[in-house]
Amino acid sequence: MSQTVIRSQGLGKKFVITHRQPREGDLFVDLLMSRARSALRALAGRKSKDEPAGRYEEFWALRDIDFEIRAGELVSIIGHNGAGKTTLLKVLSRITEPTEGRVEIFGRVNSLLEVGTGFHPELTGRENIFLNGAILGMTRAEMRRKFDEIVDFAGVEKFIDTPVKRYSTGMYVRLAFSVAAHLEAEILVVDEVLAVGDAEFQSRCLNRMSEVASSGRTVLFVSHNFAAVTALTKRAIVLNSGRVTFDGPVTDALAHYTASLGKVETKRKWDRGSNSSLLAADLLDAEGRPTDRYVPGTPLRLRVELETTGLPGLSLEVVLRDRHNIPIGYYASNNFSQVLLPAEAGRYECILSLDSYQLAAGEYGIDLMISVPNIMVDHEVDNAVRFSVDTCSPNGIPFNFTQELGFGNQAMQLSAPLRFKPIAPSPEAT
Amino acid sequence: MSVAEQQPKLHLVLEAGRADQRYWTDLWRYRELYFILAWRDVAVRYKQTVIGAAWAFIRPFLTMVVFTVLFGHLAKLAHDSAVPYAIVVFAGLLPWTLFSSVLSDVSNSVIANSHLISKVYFPRLIVPLATVVVALIDFAVTLVILAGLMLFYGFLPGWQILLLPIFVLLALLASLGPALWAASLIVKYRDFRFIIPFALQFGLYVSPVGFSSSVVPEQWRSLYSLNPVVGIIDGFRWSIIGGASPIYWPGFLVSLGVMAFFLWLGIRTFRRTERGFADLV
Repeated sequence: MSQTVIRSQGLGKKFVITHRQPREGDLFVDLLMSRARSALRALAGRKSKDEPAGRYEEFWALRDIDFEIRAGELVSIIGHNGAGKTTLLKVLSRITEPTEGRVEIFGRVNSLLEVGTGFHPELTGRENIFLNGAILGMTRAEMRRKFDEIVDFAGVEKFIDTPVKRYSTGMYVRLAFSVAAHLEAEILVVDEVLAVGDAEFQSRCLNRMSEVASSGRTVLFVSHNFAAVTALTKRAIVLNSGRVTFDGPVTDALAHYTASLGKVETKRKWDRGSNSSLLAADLLDAEGRPTDRYVPGTPLRLRVELETTGLPGLSLEVVLRDRHNIPIGYYASNNFSQVLLPAEAGRYECILSLDSYQLAAGEYGIDLMISVPNIMVDHEVDNAVRFSVDTCSPNGIPFNFTQELGFGNQAMQLSAPLRFKPIAPSPEAT
Repeated sequence: MSVAEQQPKLHLVLEAGRADQRYWTDLWRYRELYFILAWRDVAVRYKQTVIGAAWAFIRPFLTMVVFTVLFGHLAKLAHDSAVPYAIVVFAGLLPWTLFSSVLSDVSNSVIANSHLISKVYFPRLIVPLATVVVALIDFAVTLVILAGLMLFYGFLPGWQILLLPIFVLLALLASLGPALWAASLIVKYRDFRFIIPFALQFGLYVSPVGFSSSVVPEQWRSLYSLNPVVGIIDGFRWSIIGGASPIYWPGFLVSLGVMAFFLWLGIRTFRRTERGFADLV
């Protein structure tokens, strides 16, 4: 077992929240007036009415956090908004001090809580690279060595001597991330920073992150992007209201986290879009009756009821999601089969007959959307249909392939028999 | 190759209220950040101004003219020495400008850099110390004006001018003390944003900038020197003008004492509060 690099024992972080009463205007003058009033009352020996005892409230952003991280481990931290993820990262990167407990760190921590920290709009791209690098803890020599790589990665060669305030948002973010991506550290602490730039750039970022991850560094990673979490890390710590509720393999952690979100209910009452509305949807069994069970290997058939004002160009779209709410399949009637909603106002029903899939056992959800492709989404219903797969045993194998295994959600099928052909004799045979 | 690999393994313990023994070595280790932050402040200062760094000349020059006219000719404070009054005023204006710009810039430096403080760790002292550099560069520019002024009046300073760097250092330390103290308090109590400019405005008139401290009656001079700027300005005048403006030593020592106290208070307050900066800014 490798060496421990971070050990947290009984870590807690308390904030004191002041509940300020709304004042007239909230001006400095008002503040002074009220301070003066309470000062006068204090002088007169009376207890101030402005400051009742309950004005301050303690709030534990983190409590009793115990964990240990070993060298070379890739750990993600997941949890709802406000669960304490960022506070934990801030404590680990020494930005803020714990209130109780202790953390021991062996090695140097470099933290990346945001991209482009300290970027100054008046300075040029070149100057900002050095500034930002120094802030993130890189040395000048290191920066100079990596400069070309950074510029190249960001793709801003032409504008490197232009003040960054003239940059487009995309260029700015790309430059900022490039510097961050070239940060070298023994222990890297990364907050949700992948959610920047266009899709192409994001995938480059993910690749870069996995490079960093595979180079043997210890990485702590906070993200809401489950796909990134599962792709990059093996272990996850789930935080809930400042406490660790799960610590273990990433797939189990995601399951635990999703479970903590509460069972996702199929919404029965759907609101309406401005030009069209989805009214009802069901999964159909082989006989065409509504069901909540899907049998792997049979066509996936949906019945959708909808209404339209006859606006031309509307497309029906479907997103299939697995138990972690990660999208795993997509269909768009316009893009995939050049079918649009009828151009005449009215109510319609359609049967969407999709291919058959060897879906792994477990829960699934389907989102439905009516949209004008690439322009706007007119009506969207998340989790319009929920269904589950009981068993997935393609070709009658004595084995149930489930989502919980962590190998994805489709049992892949052979299109031709699998055979092994000898290409060289075995070494022992010669 | 990387920084990380050059350094031996660090063992760091994070605990509530734990004094960081490595603070001062850390400060040294982050010197590159210090230089780059100082460079940033200097580089950005006169961006998008038409006449750029000329502002560094114009402001102190005009102040000197106004003061010479105001105090020298209208208020008749000019004493009948051989030294041109403009030089007397400028020798006082020099340390005062340094003092006041360090005090006002440094006290605001922590909140001005709140975006850094809430996102990255570094010894927080780097921020106020880097801010000092801008004031120092402006000070260097005013020194050039002083040299021009001396040339214009044909005034030759004595050997005392060699001691000027010491007084510059003293002026820095004198301003750094209250500045650090204010910088740490301003994080929680923004009131100081209003107090500092006011105190400085006030200070300009109670400090011997437009007049010589010798106009203060002898028995009050030690008391007057409780204002640390008095000692600093006296020192500057002495080193620039020489014997024509002797240092009043008891007062100078009082000023030094007050200065040392504020420096201690400033650093102590800063070190005590800096760990909470990220939670407050």
